[in-house]
Amino acid sequence: MKEVDVVVVGGGVTGTAILSYLSRYNLRCMLVEKAPDIAMGTTKANSAILHAGFDAPTGSNKARLNVEGNALYHELEKELDLDIKWTGSYVVARTDEEIAVLEGLKARGEANGVTGLEIVSGEKLREAEPNVTEKIKAALFAPTAGICWTFDVAAAFAENAVENGAEIVRDCEVIKITPQAEGGFLVRTMQGELKAKTVVNAAGVYADKVSALAGDDSFTIRARKGEYILFDKTAQENLVKGIIFPVPSATSKGILVCGTTHGNVFIGPNANDTGSKDDLSVSAPGMNEIIAGARQIVENIPLGAAITQFAGLRAVSSTGDFIIGRSERVKGLYQAAGIQSPGLTSAPAIGREIAAMVAEDLGAKEKAEYKKGRPPRPVVREMTMEEQKKLIQEDKRYGLIVCRCETITEEEICNAIHRPCGARTVDGVKRRTRAGMGRCQGGFCGPRVALILARELHLPVTEIRKDGEGSFLYYDKEQEIY
Amino acid sequence: MIEIKDLYDIIIVGGGPAGLSAAHSAVENGAGSVLILERDRETGGILQQCIHNGFGLHHFKEELTGPGYAQRCYELVKDLPQVQILTNTMVLEVREDKSVLAISPELGTVVIRGKTVILTMGCRERTRGAIRIPGGRPAGIFTAGAAQRMVNIEGYLPGREVVILGSGDIGLIMARRMSLEGCNISEKKPSSSTKRGPEDASPSDIDNDWGNGGCRVKAVLEICPFSNGLTRNMVQCLDDFNIPLFLAHTIVDIKGTDRVTGVTVARVDEKMQSVPGTEFDIPCDTVLLSVGLIPENELSRGLGISLHPLTSGPVVDQHRQTDKEGVFAAGNVVHVHDLVDFVSDEAEIAGKYAALLAQGKLAAVERSLSVITGNAVRTCVPQKINLPAGEAAAEGIRLFMRVTKPMKKVKLLVKCGGEVILSRPLLIAKPSEMIAVEIPADKAKLLKGDITVGIEE
Repeated sequence: MKEVDVVVVGGGVTGTAILSYLSRYNLRCMLVEKAPDIAMGTTKANSAILHAGFDAPTGSNKARLNVEGNALYHELEKELDLDIKWTGSYVVARTDEEIAVLEGLKARGEANGVTGLEIVSGEKLREAEPNVTEKIKAALFAPTAGICWTFDVAAAFAENAVENGAEIVRDCEVIKITPQAEGGFLVRTMQGELKAKTVVNAAGVYADKVSALAGDDSFTIRARKGEYILFDKTAQENLVKGIIFPVPSATSKGILVCGTTHGNVFIGPNANDTGSKDDLSVSAPGMNEIIAGARQIVENIPLGAAITQFAGLRAVSSTGDFIIGRSERVKGLYQAAGIQSPGLTSAPAIGREIAAMVAEDLGAKEKAEYKKGRPPRPVVREMTMEEQKKLIQEDKRYGLIVCRCETITEEEICNAIHRPCGARTVDGVKRRTRAGMGRCQGGFCGPRVALILARELHLPVTEIRKDGEGSFLYYDKEQEIY
Repeated sequence: MIEIKDLYDIIIVGGGPAGLSAAHSAVENGAGSVLILERDRETGGILQQCIHNGFGLHHFKEELTGPGYAQRCYELVKDLPQVQILTNTMVLEVREDKSVLAISPELGTVVIRGKTVILTMGCRERTRGAIRIPGGRPAGIFTAGAAQRMVNIEGYLPGREVVILGSGDIGLIMARRMSLEGCNISEKKPSSSTKRGPEDASPSDIDNDWGNGGCRVKAVLEICPFSNGLTRNMVQCLDDFNIPLFLAHTIVDIKGTDRVTGVTVARVDEKMQSVPGTEFDIPCDTVLLSVGLIPENELSRGLGISLHPLTSGPVVDQHRQTDKEGVFAAGNVVHVHDLVDFVSDEAEIAGKYAALLAQGKLAAVERSLSVITGNAVRTCVPQKINLPAGEAAAEGIRLFMRVTKPMKKVKLLVKCGGEVILSRPLLIAKPSEMIAVEIPADKAKLLKGDITVGIEE
């Protein structure tokens, strides 16, 4: 039977960040993910914002880890080759009451340790973002906020961890966790059993279920859905480049208008509690709600330039805060639960904290041979002409464009498949390379990517999935009817 | 080793029927060097996956399949010493000086210079995102063209129980294709045949019980109260296969987490909003979208060419020259066609005049007129008529237009300064079928002011 020191349950940005930090220690680490790929829960459908850290109440895990995490991203950006734009963020106010809220946020941010916060006039805001409505009177500017490529952050952590000896097993749902008399756990998964000295729970909206499997049912997780509309890059000139929030409500940071790292723009999310933890559908009323919300910030929303809609689920804990650290009920179980916003921003701080805790408890030392970073990631569209020429001379497949909208070459796709913890699904390729993420939404390259996956993974085309467990795309023609 | 010339008379961006036809015409009109840049592995464009027949009746005066039509176009240029074709070559940028930036496995990244450029990039399919269909995001939702490619080129089925949204020609062709592929045709004659109106559509038309295996098409849904495909396709692809058509209906929910399990359909009102209480479910594992085509003008936009808000293509004159001198455009990149024959006709115009301009033989413009769309005409190409002085103007001008709504027994009038210069009776006019008329040379040379094309109802 496979034996490890730590098993991390859940391959979102939290789980992969924890694994990455664990891999710095002399520990045998494994991450198990129930979906066919990492980054398939909240990580794949959120606002991709690296928050400054003024939203959460001072003294909370959220506030502390947000500010720490934001600082860590400034270091990791280069080390892990992350796509981040440090745009700063604005919270905008239309009335004097809302301006008072900005003052409160600023004070709270300063108490949380956020630097550089400043309240600016509507005019000043519109110099930076000319499409913001005249009705906005003032804004809270937070220079340390940014936008990132959320899926790639998880991929970067995963790749770094695998490079340092950690193992990631996908399509591997945990069914049972049995604490052993001699300490440690017997973990039964869809791919067999393993023994683990410790279990780290980073299971997103299912973190309550996984915790309960191990014997700690001290909290529950509710799924709160947020819907989004994403726009073509051509829409940016009519919308915004950076991050524009309305003043926050009790349940969320509100419906924002926000640029992405690659020049698209999205509007959303709304915030509606859902009974189901698998329901990622978008609804007509939901879309109308976010369109109306976005119009409070930019009056003319170019709906004709929308390229996709999607929904994500936030993991809202019954405690109201992140649940971080040693389980109070089960020895050897560590929680990273209730990770809603600012979870993406906090991920490296959570990873660092939990890894240090596990290492301490297991008496593990940091290993000397730890390798920073991850394997290089060729991005042809961002190279100079000379660099492109040289690369294509070395490998012709770098000159063959597969995704026309985003200018992604065949070799970039092959690279995404063969990287550590590489892509195995069509959307997995999309999330690592952007192939299929453009205005035609994979209408052209989707079938081609499926064929490349089949070729590279030595699988029949009929075994290639779009995204989820049973999301097979193509069938064989029925031979018997001919 | 591929040799790239220092300077081409014409660089053609896209080797589909428009690009090939333009190249042929350019050489016939004296062009000395023509370079076609094609991003796919072979020329012919989307025709290569259109294995059905019905192409070429106007242009080649015979009925061809899509690949057959593409082959004809290719054969016209393949042995011409003036024409060079580079496949697997993607143009990334067209520049003001008529040079293009391209990338290919053989060339790497390269700048190629031309005296003129013809844009023939074609169009792409509108996606689910553009029309905001609510519901889940499972596998099994494809644009009709992507599904067509899998069935006809790669040899796989995109699904088994199919609902098609949109009665555009690709949707109709795919309804027939999937039915043939599954050998699975309902015995049940639907009441909502293509000859009837929205009120005839009934959920009971959907045959959920017939047949086993293969694949079958359960319904075609069209949000407009009229069909959006060619009449012959409505009959040959739906009626002949007992596939019910639901006019003024759309999908209001897509169900399924991993793979599509069904759709909820509702009737829509005059404003295309779904009518509560009219919903019904259709179990299916596949949704094909045929909800419109968008001219692929990212390169044109990058160059700063004026685009028309309704055609979504470049504003062109009768020579298919855009408002950037020396940059021409033709085919689906200018406006979406229903017949490839007209694409070739138009591309030949672009090829001819690009060749003349490259040789310094295109007469200087004396007067520039606008083509204005009047009553019930949605779009007309060209949008500009640039006339030279004197006898050089003695050429006919073909106008290609689409109407706003289906009409019967109407008259198309082309007017200039209040005077009717052309009148054409139309037994049937519908938005899905492009209308082409020609202003004869003797009248064209006399044009003094803007012309208006309209329908007299």
